Amino acid sequence: MARLLLDFCVPLRAFELELTLPVERTVALVGPSGAGKTSVLRVVAGLLEPGRGGVSLDGTSWNGVPPERRRVGFVFQDYALFPHLSVRANVAYAGPVGDLLERFRITHLADARPRELSGGERQRVALARALARGPDVLLLDEPLAALDAHTKSEVRHELHQLLRGLALPTLLVTHDYEDAAALADEVGVLVDGKLRQVAAPAELVARPSDAFVASFTGANLLRGRAHRGELTEVTLEDGERVFSTDDGEGEVGVVVYPWEISIARAHADDSALNVIRGEVGTVVEVGNRVRVRVGPVTAEVTASSAERLGLASGGVAYATFKATGTRLVPL
Amino acid sequence: MRRIPVVGAALVTLAFLALPIVAVFARLSFAHLSSSVVTDALVVSLKTNAVAQAFVLLLGTPTAYVLASRRFPGRSLVVTLVELPIVLPPAVAGIGLLAAFGRMGLLHTSLPFTQTAVVVAVAFVAGPLYVRQAIAAFEGVDETLVAASRTLGAGPLKTFFRVVLPLARGGLGAGEALAFARGLGEFGATIMFAGSLQGVTQTLPLAVYAEFDVDFHTALALGGLLVAVSAVLLVTLKWLASSSTSAFRFALSSSS
Repeated sequence: MARLLLDFCVPLRAFELELTLPVERTVALVGPSGAGKTSVLRVVAGLLEPGRGGVSLDGTSWNGVPPERRRVGFVFQDYALFPHLSVRANVAYAGPVGDLLERFRITHLADARPRELSGGERQRVALARALARGPDVLLLDEPLAALDAHTKSEVRHELHQLLRGLALPTLLVTHDYEDAAALADEVGVLVDGKLRQVAAPAELVARPSDAFVASFTGANLLRGRAHRGELTEVTLEDGERVFSTDDGEGEVGVVVYPWEISIARAHADDSALNVIRGEVGTVVEVGNRVRVRVGPVTAEVTASSAERLGLASGGVAYATFKATGTRLVPL
Repeated sequence: MRRIPVVGAALVTLAFLALPIVAVFARLSFAHLSSSVVTDALVVSLKTNAVAQAFVLLLGTPTAYVLASRRFPGRSLVVTLVELPIVLPPAVAGIGLLAAFGRMGLLHTSLPFTQTAVVVAVAFVAGPLYVRQAIAAFEGVDETLVAASRTLGAGPLKTFFRVVLPLARGGLGAGEALAFARGLGEFGATIMFAGSLQGVTQTLPLAVYAEFDVDFHTALALGGLLVAVSAVLLVTLKWLASSSTSAFRFALSSSS
């Protein structure tokens, strides 16, 4: 797989955007709005000139290469479909249409104008158009932000499948950590133009570099298979079972925040339905709290309870959380 | 009951605006339309305006695009300079053109009192109207669409013709119609810079002025002609503004 390397510095209005980031699979940039996330994509696409440094693909520098000669598929936040062109003409603008209309299930919309489409349809057109270019790199700016909650989970699932199939270096930007964790192999937290931390989603939850990263990237994401019932039962990859009040079926991710999880040394019989037994892993102090890894999940407890439970010495512990404290996202 | 004064004011306004136009047609005799003064003036007007507007479109469009899409120091000063002729009294425009292109002028040309001088006067007075409207039309095109076009492999030229121009088309058409109407009615700058020689520099408005104390009926016929041409323009302008996108859709679907 190709390797995209970002290494540049751009003076923005309020701060300087400065980062070094290799992109080999899907990397998500998360952070509060105004952190410079979109500017990163614009630099890669050649729409914004960096003050220093630049972007290279497999060692070939893109410095001075105009946007039209960089093989980049850019899906803009509001999709930026050409309003005066039909769906087919939008896709054909970038290159041969081929089977793209069929692949993205937009054949029946071929002659429609963008304004006649729903949010989900627009996104599929924007993706088809970006791929018509035959890009070496994919850039997605808030790919799910323009969608309502109902379509969002379905589209996220499709997008995840697509990115996995394409196997292109992909950089996506989102303000939603959950989307980032569901879509990306690696997540970078960007604050005021600087990368605070880059790591796999689970690693980011387990070992946040500072309090901001900890509060921003909170969620554990456990992969499993859901079965409908009175409560939804999810069988995790390691065989553990977890219950959720959310509705779901098939491949899902169970989202649970570290502060929803409590830790005990003994198996307690309380209203918390979900109990995961595991070895105590890393213990990281974040401000006045401590993040503890127990088996597949990371919990957040106060420093004093961590000391009382003697977590630093390892051993077996029980992580418990309520079914109501979980959310299910399709994967 | 409070409505009555409002309706009354509206009726008075409408009557006041319509009366002179009605009067032109009420007393118009079609026989005078074939007078050589009228046909000569019509030919001079159409010819000079067509040439002037061709220059306005060809030079004004790229100028407007540069001013709309680039940010540079002194830009607002340049835009103000472009807009200045719009508010300039026509007599000042005329004397200015003489001072620039006259025999005694800065450039010492033999331009004044030729048909080319009519073209220059019309372009100077009407061009800025188009350029100002075109700047607004280009500024109205979403920058993201321009950026999208570039990332999709289109260079600046293809982006301009396939994205920017089609999207700004309605505004450009409206601006051109305004400029054409202004050019067709041009009087002050033309009479000072080009004179009023029948068959050479005498346009329709100049002919109205030349004829009204010689042959009032010919002047009326000229006036009627100008009203008709202006009305057609106004209707075209409104049609362009309201249907620019759908007109474009027809053009596209028939070509694909």
